[in-house]
Amino acid sequence: MASADFTARAAGPSGPGAGLRYRRTRRSTGEQVIKVLLAVAAVLSVVTTTGIVISLLNETISFFGEVGFAEFFFGTDWNPLRRGAQQSFGVLPLIWSTVYLTLIGLLIAIPLGLASAIYLSEYASPRVRRLVKPTLEVLAGIPTIVLGYFALTYVTPVVLRDLLGVEVRIFNGLSAGIVLGILVLPTIASVAEDALSAVPQSLREGAFGLGATQRQVVLRVVFPAALSGIVAALVLGASRAIGETVVILIAAGADPNLTLDLGVSHQTMAAFIAQTARGDISQGGTEFQTIFAVGTTLFVITLLVNAVAIRLVRRFRQVYD
Amino acid sequence: MTEPSEARHSDGRNEEWAREAADVSTPAAVIAEPAGRETIFDVDNVSVYYSDKRAVRDVRIKLARNEITALIGPSGCGKSTFIRCLNRMNDLIPTARVTGAIGYHGQDLYASDVDPVQVRKRIGMVFQKPNPFPKSIYDNIAFGPRVMGVKGDMDEIVETALRRGALWDEVKDRLKTNAFGMSGGQQQRLCIARSLATSPDVLLMDEPCSALDPISTGRIEDLMMELKEDYSIVIVTHNMQQAARVSDMTAFFTVELDGDTGHRTGAVVEYDQTDKIFQNPSDKRTEDYVTGKVG
Amino acid sequence: MAVTAGHREATRRAVDPASGAQRLKEAAFKATMLLSTLVGLLFLLVLIVDVARDGVPLLSADFLSSFPSRIRPEDSGVRSALQGTLLLIVVTAAFIVPVGIATAIYLEEYADPERWWNRLIELNIQNLAAVPSIVYGILGLAWIVRGPLSLGRVLLAGALTLGLLVLPVVIVVAREAIRAVPSSIRDGSLALGATQWQTIWKQVLPGALPGIATGVILALSRAIGETAPLILVGAVAFYRFDSDGLLSSFSALPIQILEAVTDSDPAFRDLAAAAIIVLLVILLLMNSVAIYLRNRYEQKW
Repeated sequence: MASADFTARAAGPSGPGAGLRYRRTRRSTGEQVIKVLLAVAAVLSVVTTTGIVISLLNETISFFGEVGFAEFFFGTDWNPLRRGAQQSFGVLPLIWSTVYLTLIGLLIAIPLGLASAIYLSEYASPRVRRLVKPTLEVLAGIPTIVLGYFALTYVTPVVLRDLLGVEVRIFNGLSAGIVLGILVLPTIASVAEDALSAVPQSLREGAFGLGATQRQVVLRVVFPAALSGIVAALVLGASRAIGETVVILIAAGADPNLTLDLGVSHQTMAAFIAQTARGDISQGGTEFQTIFAVGTTLFVITLLVNAVAIRLVRRFRQVYD
Repeated sequence: MTEPSEARHSDGRNEEWAREAADVSTPAAVIAEPAGRETIFDVDNVSVYYSDKRAVRDVRIKLARNEITALIGPSGCGKSTFIRCLNRMNDLIPTARVTGAIGYHGQDLYASDVDPVQVRKRIGMVFQKPNPFPKSIYDNIAFGPRVMGVKGDMDEIVETALRRGALWDEVKDRLKTNAFGMSGGQQQRLCIARSLATSPDVLLMDEPCSALDPISTGRIEDLMMELKEDYSIVIVTHNMQQAARVSDMTAFFTVELDGDTGHRTGAVVEYDQTDKIFQNPSDKRTEDYVTGKVG
Repeated sequence: MAVTAGHREATRRAVDPASGAQRLKEAAFKATMLLSTLVGLLFLLVLIVDVARDGVPLLSADFLSSFPSRIRPEDSGVRSALQGTLLLIVVTAAFIVPVGIATAIYLEEYADPERWWNRLIELNIQNLAAVPSIVYGILGLAWIVRGPLSLGRVLLAGALTLGLLVLPVVIVVAREAIRAVPSSIRDGSLALGATQWQTIWKQVLPGALPGIATGVILALSRAIGETAPLILVGAVAFYRFDSDGLLSSFSALPIQILEAVTDSDPAFRDLAAAAIIVLLVILLLMNSVAIYLRNRYEQKW
């Protein structure tokens, strides 16, 4: 083989310098094939996104052929599965409940999550941290269907009705919002704790050296210095809450309501999609297409929240780095 | 030979500069009495442990008011560990433990009812690497007074501190800009000015110039000479020229290697007037170090 | 100058403990942080106790080996749902392991981050991780159950949908594991005349394997707890047959739990609790394996 190579490249150098040039061998071809295969796998993620966008848009466009843009986005009555005059396609109640329940969840998760992060990062002994952090990870790993079960069978009847004496229906937004908060708490706590722990020890020492108390060091130096990461934690938590499905589906029922009252049923965008898909609906009808129209709306809102997160993080980073 | 416990309770007025050659049983126990000067720190038999390992042992020195005291010695000799005892920064390291007593104007800093936060308000510290907060120059200076609850003209406090830190002229037009935009030397002077804003009594400096260029270093040395009119300064430095230039008193630390365990412990070999340490040291180890034979 | 009594007094005041109010503030702040941390832990505890109290009495061998019943909750079991969930784990793993690792290798070892298409892939993976799971369900419905693949409401469609959902998790963890292999290992191999692929296959991948395995298990345990995508892909809640391969209808534990929870008969809710325990035990086992792998094989570089 070596001599064949040599004759094929008679003008090349001989001796030890021979055979250093690129040759098309089985080995180098194999290397190329492998690289292409790996790249194909990597491209699958782009295909997935494209698939999501195309499948959403396809049916969404058909949907807007039937239903007016204004009716969808500004209508306050959501009854797509009824027949005749009672049928209406105002998505506002779904968007409202999505935002409203997310806010309720954040109202619970932000103080608890940030306090947990501060405790773990600034106060807890290494032993306590080794114990508490995995436990929070376990909480984060509990499937949301389990949290939904807990919301319906424990939070609503025992905590809300018996313990706190709140008057709520069996399906209500309050229970769903609270459990949504617990759902995103570990996310917020863990990302915020990473951000706090990443603040250099020298900043803490500087502040302690000036006679600041532990609380002052945490609140005036460490927390502001970690702000970009903390904002990222909050937005990440919000985006999880916005897209959550089964907790709402189980705990908040299936009745869309454009109301501030948390004691009654609420339906979010994700919960509507799941609820509709559970029933038997024929492909191609307007009812079927509502899944995609609502899905597109949810997808766009999630992307917007993400974009805001990325911009916020960038801005804080410019200030603090 | 002065008994340490007696020395500790005396007011120091009539004491001689007591230098003692290393005693065989406690070679590191060297006492120096600042005669005719006011003792600010009376360090009595202080050892520092990390977990079970002793990092510094049996330090006995007295530091005088309105002077600059330099702590020198090879790396790992515990001089940084020791200086962090003087304002209880070692409290922040969970495994660290300090034995012995440090009298500060006669009050033991390690007495059980002493609040380390109050200690640090009186005894400021500047660190090896400049550590400005990610805030504006103004807010960096105002931080200390604010956490102390100082009510008053903050603008004036900030200006005074920056003037004392020899930084005012350079930054007066950009007080609201982020401190991270300053040069390393400016950042370190900001950290010094930041410490001055709380009107401390003592300034501890842990290798404050090791991350700086020679010009910035010179400016900080000049600044120290000015500041000693009003403050007492303790500085850790690995730069012997710096110690010789700025300090009044110098303590030479060394590393003792335990042949069995390989464990290293820092100890004071000699403590004296800076001129004496550099020109006519009493201990062979000091002489070797300052003349560059080892280290 | 002597240390005068007056001076000493002033100093004593200065180094005296802070005022009571100040110390109270510090203690109250620390206590608030601690109590807030405990809320999350308490919630987890109550949840587990509640589920156990409702579900444990129903657990039995019969419960695991019986098909679900719509009429008689006392005879109902999770046989088909358990089969479905276990099969989903295997099939999803068979999909995400090669694709996830290949993507991670490409991005870490081959891709030039200056090229726009590689940056697009990176950005895309970041964004995919934030897409709600229900939207993956829509993708599965439109492209896998119907549309281009048209597999129908079968187990393979469910596995592919779940796989796409957790692929970003696998990729991110695998990339970290690959990045943790020091470049000196690569240099050593390349300097011995190995090709890039030989270096990756013989040196980098073995070193990164524990990290990758941990990531795959974590991704799978997220996948099998998912309910929303399976609703859209059409998993069956009360499936009264043994599993019949990848191209037949299927059930899964979350779907059966959802159906039981939302049933109006309280007896079915306890059934849901029992099924939840089965699901949690599977998750616990998977996570134990992940922790074991991490502790046993993790390489310290």
